[in-house]
Amino acid sequence: MSTAVAPASDLIAAIGNTPMVELRRLAPHDGVRLYAKLEGNNPTGSVKDRVARAMIESAITDGSLVPGQTILEPSSGNTGISLAMIGSRLGHPVRIVMPDNTTPEREQILRLFGAEIVFSPGAEGSNGAIRLAQGLADADPSVFMPYQYGNEANPRVHFETTGPEILAQVPDVDVFVAGLGTGGTLTGVGQYLKRERPGVRIVAAEPLPGEQVQGLRSLEDGFIPPVLDESVLDDKFLVNNRDAVIGLRRLLRDEGIFAGLSCGAAIAVAVRVAREMETGSVVVLLADGGWKYLSADLWNRDLDELEDELEGSLLW
Amino acid sequence: MTTIRIPPVLRENTGGSRTVEVTGSTVSEALDDLFGKHPALRDRVTEDGELSRFINVYVNDRDVRYREGLETAVGADDTIILMPAMAGGSR
Repeated sequence: MSTAVAPASDLIAAIGNTPMVELRRLAPHDGVRLYAKLEGNNPTGSVKDRVARAMIESAITDGSLVPGQTILEPSSGNTGISLAMIGSRLGHPVRIVMPDNTTPEREQILRLFGAEIVFSPGAEGSNGAIRLAQGLADADPSVFMPYQYGNEANPRVHFETTGPEILAQVPDVDVFVAGLGTGGTLTGVGQYLKRERPGVRIVAAEPLPGEQVQGLRSLEDGFIPPVLDESVLDDKFLVNNRDAVIGLRRLLRDEGIFAGLSCGAAIAVAVRVAREMETGSVVVLLADGGWKYLSADLWNRDLDELEDELEGSLLW
Repeated sequence: MTTIRIPPVLRENTGGSRTVEVTGSTVSEALDDLFGKHPALRDRVTEDGELSRFINVYVNDRDVRYREGLETAVGADDTIILMPAMAGGSR
């Protein structure tokens, strides 16, 4: 049986419809089936292709993005890269505000797609990049900022595409696990699966940021992404960098999956949840491939040494 | 004793301590013991007796909001983590 699909009209049209694979060796026991949705198979290598495409298409439709207009966005990597690719296809200059302590690959890829980079202080974390981008957008009304943290096209694309794909691929899904960043994936997929399959559990894997990159000057600087619907979550686990790296290595060693750091955290949580179940199906969304992390050599280095280094950087 | 980990942004209220040892069989009792030792923390972590929306509390890395909240049980070997809400990973 051929599963080949018709040619896409353009790279942007090739976003989505990613593979689902069963993880037979990582499943903790025979009663539970564990599946991974490989979002690293999107055109620029992450789930953010879906979000960037949806935000740009909806902005073009409602007239908030006009031909040739500059796109400005805070992003520590994936969303910026997706916007840079799409902007380059559609003729929009792209400017990305990124913390200065991520891996060099992100800068290299962004520049390949012609994006301009504005660095924000790494010690301020993602919060610092958001603050700086908002300041730049306020000072220059000619730019368009999609703002993934507050753009309702972000959860909506997961409700309309990622969720239905998951249910079609694993109709008996009982638990869905994904990393918590903007909250778009968990909110959109969660709302869709809960509507179609009541009783499904939605579980978040949340990064434990290193103390040097927590980026808070006061508690009031705390940030809950506007697109996150917390009511859709049934459980949430904090994952430290060490456990995320261990998960990342197990994905490669046991299943041959070369994935990014947040995927290591998501798989750690998926395995923990699966272990507590007697029977059922767990789907974990793996947000990106490992390419952007090669220079950090997360796969081979001594864990203690790596842990110290990750404490001061922002990799996911 | 249960260990509570204090995030950097709250350490001015613990005299710089990163961790505080407390007693109590629930999160609520453990936090009361913490507030007894460091009274200024109470107003920063709670509002009208409830957890502030900008603070997440984890027992052994699991967010108590999705369990039994402040009534979540804790044992002597457990670790409670207090974390401010912030823009997370996956950007």
